[in-house]
Amino acid sequence: MTYLAKPRFHHPKLPTNALGYTRRDYEGAVSTLCAGCGHDSISAAIIQACFELDLPPHRIAKLSGIGCSSKTPTYFLGASHGFNSVHGRMPSVLTGANLANRDLVYLGVSGDGDSASIGLGQFAHSIRRAVNMLYIVENNGVYGLTKGQFSATADKGSLSKRGVANHDEPIDLASMALLLGASFVARSFSGDKEQLVPLIKAALRHKGAAFIDCISPCVAFNNHPGSTKSFDFVREHNDAVNRLDVMVERAPIETEYAPGELVEVTQHDGTVLRLRKLDATYDPRDRGAAMAYLQQQSAKGEVVTGLLFVDPEAADLHDALSTVATPLNALDDAALVPGAKALDKLNASLR
Amino acid sequence: MPQPLTQAPVGDRTNDFVVKFANVNGSGSASANLLFARSIIRMGVPVVARNIFPSNIQGLPTWYEVRVTERGWRAARGGVDLMVAMNPQTWDKDVQGIDPGGYLFYDSTKPIPPSKFRPDITVLGVPLTAMCNRAYTDSRQRQLFKNIIYVGALSALLDIDPAVIEALIAEQFKGKDKLIRPNIAALHMGRDYALQEFPCPLPLTVRKADAVGDRIFVDGNAAAALGAVYGGATVCAWYPITPSSSLAEAFQRHCRRFRGEGEQNKYAIVQAEDELASIGMVIGAGWNGARAFTSTSGPGISLMQEFLGLAYFAEIPAVVFDVQRGGPSTGMPTRTQQSDILACAYASHGDTKHVLLLPEDPHEAFEMGSTAFDLADRLQTPVFVMLDLDVGMNEWLCRPFAWDDARRLDRGKVMTREMLDAGRDFGRYLDVDGDGIPYRTYPGTHPTRGSYFTRGTTRDRYARYSEEGPVYLDNMERLLAKFETAKTLVPAPVERRAAEPTRVGVIHYGSTNAAMEEALDGLAGRGIHLDTLRLRAFPFPDAVADFIHRHEVVFVVEQNRDGQMRTLIVAECGVDPAKLVGLRHYDGTPITARFIVEAVLAALPDFNVVPLRKAVP
Ligand SMILES: Cc1ncc(C[n+]2csc(CCOP(=O)(O)OP(=O)(O)O)c2C)c(N)n1
Ligand code: SF4
Ligand SMILES: [Mg+2]
Repeated sequence: MTYLAKPRFHHPKLPTNALGYTRRDYEGAVSTLCAGCGHDSISAAIIQACFELDLPPHRIAKLSGIGCSSKTPTYFLGASHGFNSVHGRMPSVLTGANLANRDLVYLGVSGDGDSASIGLGQFAHSIRRAVNMLYIVENNGVYGLTKGQFSATADKGSLSKRGVANHDEPIDLASMALLLGASFVARSFSGDKEQLVPLIKAALRHKGAAFIDCISPCVAFNNHPGSTKSFDFVREHNDAVNRLDVMVERAPIETEYAPGELVEVTQHDGTVLRLRKLDATYDPRDRGAAMAYLQQQSAKGEVVTGLLFVDPEAADLHDALSTVATPLNALDDAALVPGAKALDKLNASLR
Repeated sequence: MPQPLTQAPVGDRTNDFVVKFANVNGSGSASANLLFARSIIRMGVPVVARNIFPSNIQGLPTWYEVRVTERGWRAARGGVDLMVAMNPQTWDKDVQGIDPGGYLFYDSTKPIPPSKFRPDITVLGVPLTAMCNRAYTDSRQRQLFKNIIYVGALSALLDIDPAVIEALIAEQFKGKDKLIRPNIAALHMGRDYALQEFPCPLPLTVRKADAVGDRIFVDGNAAAALGAVYGGATVCAWYPITPSSSLAEAFQRHCRRFRGEGEQNKYAIVQAEDELASIGMVIGAGWNGARAFTSTSGPGISLMQEFLGLAYFAEIPAVVFDVQRGGPSTGMPTRTQQSDILACAYASHGDTKHVLLLPEDPHEAFEMGSTAFDLADRLQTPVFVMLDLDVGMNEWLCRPFAWDDARRLDRGKVMTREMLDAGRDFGRYLDVDGDGIPYRTYPGTHPTRGSYFTRGTTRDRYARYSEEGPVYLDNMERLLAKFETAKTLVPAPVERRAAEPTRVGVIHYGSTNAAMEEALDGLAGRGIHLDTLRLRAFPFPDAVADFIHRHEVVFVVEQNRDGQMRTLIVAECGVDPAKLVGLRHYDGTPITARFIVEAVLAALPDFNVVPLRKAVP
C-alpha cells in the first residue's frame, strides 16, 4: 500500500460554508479500503457533517484504534491532527487528549472488534466517565482487517462467509452505552446518509459522551445471505424511530406536523435537535424506555436506528474534575510551578 | 549469597543503636513510632527508619525499625539492640532477633514463662494493657494510648527529651487541640512508670547533637509527586498498586495545596480502570501537549508494554514512575527490589530503548521527578523514574528540596503557529538539527499547516504512511541517534575515588547508595579501597564505559536476582563481561552495609586483591 495524496485542486464554483471552506477542505487522503466498504460512506458522512457545521478542521482531533475502520481517519479531515493508536485502546488515548485540551472537538473512530472485543473495557469506562467526544463504532460484525473472523457484535446464528454459524451471544454496544450513562446514543446505517449525517452533527455538538453505533457492512467478508450485518439484511430490518434535523440556531417550523409528531431538544451549546417521530410512542429522552425498546426489537430481529437517547443537560469529565477553563496544555510556568518560597515552607514542615 | 554479619558494634552506644518495634497491622502503632523517630531527629540526631509490613490491612505483623546514627548513615544496619515486642504472634522470632547484650521491652500485663526469654538480654516489662485498662474505658482509646505510653516509657529509658515529644504532639494535633492533653498525659504515664521501675537511662541513650542540619524527613513517593508538580505535570492517570499508590495520592494532595483555584483546578487526576488505560491516557495527553504521568509498579509495567512501544516509535512524551517491588507477578508486593530494570529499559516488542532515571533517595526523587518531564518533552519519548519500595514508602532523612526560580520548563521542540506562518518546513520526523530530535506540533495549532497523522505504523519524515524498507530504516536509525543525544542530557553518573589508588571499582544505583557509603567506610577501615560509580540514568553516558575500562574488576551491586543492570551494561557499553562481577541482594529487605562488606570480602580473593596494610582513617 502506498500513500496517495489527493490533488489539491479547488473548483472555483464549489460551495463554501460560513468559514469559507469547501467540502474538499474536510477531505483526507484517498481511501485504500475495498470498493463499496461501508466505512467509506461513514467517512463521507463525517466530512459532510463537519462541513455543514462550519467546524474549523484543525480544531478537530481524530483518534482511532486498529482495524479497517480505525484506518479511516486518514481518509477524512486532512487538516486535523490524527492518532491511530493501538488495538482497542483509542478511548484512553482520547480521554488523555481531552484532559490536555478541552477546547478541541474529539472524534473517536473504532470498529466492533476494536470496541466490543479487545477494547470493551476502555469503551465502557470512557463512556461512564462522560468524556466529551463523539465515539463512532463502524460495526460490521467481523474483523475486516484480519480477514473476516467474527467479532463480539456478530449475532448468534449469523453465518460467516464460509457458512459457519456464530455460537456466541452478541454485544449490543448501543444498549451498553445506554446502561453506562452515555448522554447521547444513536444507531445508524452507513447506507443511510440522510439519517447518519444529522446524527453525526448532533453528536459533534453534544456535550458529554456521544455514541453512535453505525452498522457498516464489510463487502469483503460479511455481506452474504445469512449474515445479519449485510446491506440487504439491514435494509430489510431497519426500524428507524425518528428522523433528525440539526439547527445551530432555531429556525421556524415550516412543515405542518400532527400533534406529538415533532420533538425539539435544545442542547447545551444552543443547537436545536428537531426530531420527527416515526414511532409515535418513542421518546428519546427516556433512558429506561430506550433500553427496553432495544431489547424488545432485537428479540424480533429488528435493527433499531435513529436518535435513541439524548440528555441535553449532561455534564462532562471536566465538570467532574473542576478543571480550569484554560486548556491544561496552555498553562505556563507561573501557573504550574509553585516556586522556591513555597518549597522552603514545605521543607520546614518536614523537619 | 553470603549471610550478613549479625554481631552489633561494640563500644559507646550513645546515638548509635537500633530500636525495632514489632506491632500488629492496623493497631495505630505507625503514628506513635513515627513520633518516636521524629523526636530523635528533633534532638539533632539522624535516624534511619524503615517500615517492614505485609500485604494486609489488619491483623498481620508489621515492624518499624529505627536506627539512631549520629554519624548520619542512611541505610538499615541489621541487628536489633532494643526490641519493642508488642505482637505475641511474632514473639519468638522477635526475641531471637535481639543482639546479645540487648534489651527486650514488652507488655508484662500477662505473665510470660521464663523459657520465652533469653538469658543474654535485659528484659524490661511494662504492664501496658493493665495501665490502659485502668485509665481508659473506650477500647479504641485503650489501643491508641497504649502506643503513646510505650513511647513515653522509651523516652525515659533512652533519655529522649519529653519537651521535644510534647512539641511534636502539639504540632500533630494542631486544629484538634482537644487531643493534645490526653496524648501528653499518656506519654507521661509511660515515662513515669519507667523512671520509677528501671535504672534510666539505659546505656543506649540519645544525646542532643547537631548532626541533622537542615535535612528533611520525607518519603520518596511524596517527594517524587512534588517533583511532578514542580515539573509542570497537569495530567495524572493511575491504577492503585503497592508500593506506588501513595505517589498519585500525594500528587493529589500537593495539587490541592498548590494548584487548586476554588473550582478551577490546574490539574486532572483520573483513577483509570487498569494500567493499559492509565498509560493510554498519559500518551493521549502527552500527544496533545500536556505534561502527563502515571505511577505504577512491576505488574503495571507489564500491562503497559504495547503502549510503551507505540510511545517510543510515535515519539510521544510520557513519564512513568515505577516504584519497584519484589516480583515477578504479585511476588513480594510489600518488599523492595530493583528488579524492573530490564523490563523498563527495553519495554515493549520490537526494537525499543527507554530513558531511565535512578534516584537514590527522596531528595533525588524530587529532582528527577521534575527533570523527567523536561527530558520527556525534549526527547519526545517515555521516561521512567525508577524508585523502589525502600525509597518510595519509607521516610528518609535527606537534603531539603531545592528549586531555582530562574529555571523554566523545557517544552522541547514545538513548532508554533508563528513558526509555521513564517514558512518553516514542518516534517514531523525530520531531523533538522542533527540530534535525532524532530519538531512536533500540538493539535489545533494552525488552520492549514502543521497537522500530521500519528501512528504506530511506519511513516516517512513527513509522517506519511509507508512500508518501504529504507523508510523504516531511516526512521529507526534516527531513533538511535536520538538515544545518543539522550546520553548527553540525562543526569551524569557520580564517581567517587577511593583514598588510595585501586584497580577495583563498584557500580551501583538507586537506594543501594545508602548502604554503599557505609560499606566503603567499613572496607576502607580494613584496608580495602574501592572506586565507585553511582549510575543515575540510562542510556549510560560515556563515563560509564570509561570507568569500567579504568578498572580491572568492577563489582555491580544491585537488588535483584539476575544482575539486571550488569546485563544492561554488558549489552550497551561494549565491555568485557568477565570484568563485571555481580553482587546481588534480593530477599526483599533493603540492602545493608554489612551485606556489601561481606560480599566484597568473600569475592576479593578470587581477584587477588590484598588489603593495603595501612588502613586509612
Ligand atoms: C494487540 C493486537 N492484537 C491483534 C491485532 C490484529 N488486528 C488488527 S485489526 C483487528 C480487528 C479489527 O476489527 P474491527 O475493529 O472490527 O475493524 P474492521 O477491520 O472490521 O473495521 C485485529 C484483531 C492487533 N493489531 N493488535
Ligand atoms: S475488508 Fe471489509 S471492512 Fe475492511 S476495507 Fe474491505 S470491506 Fe471494508
Ligand atoms: Mg469490524
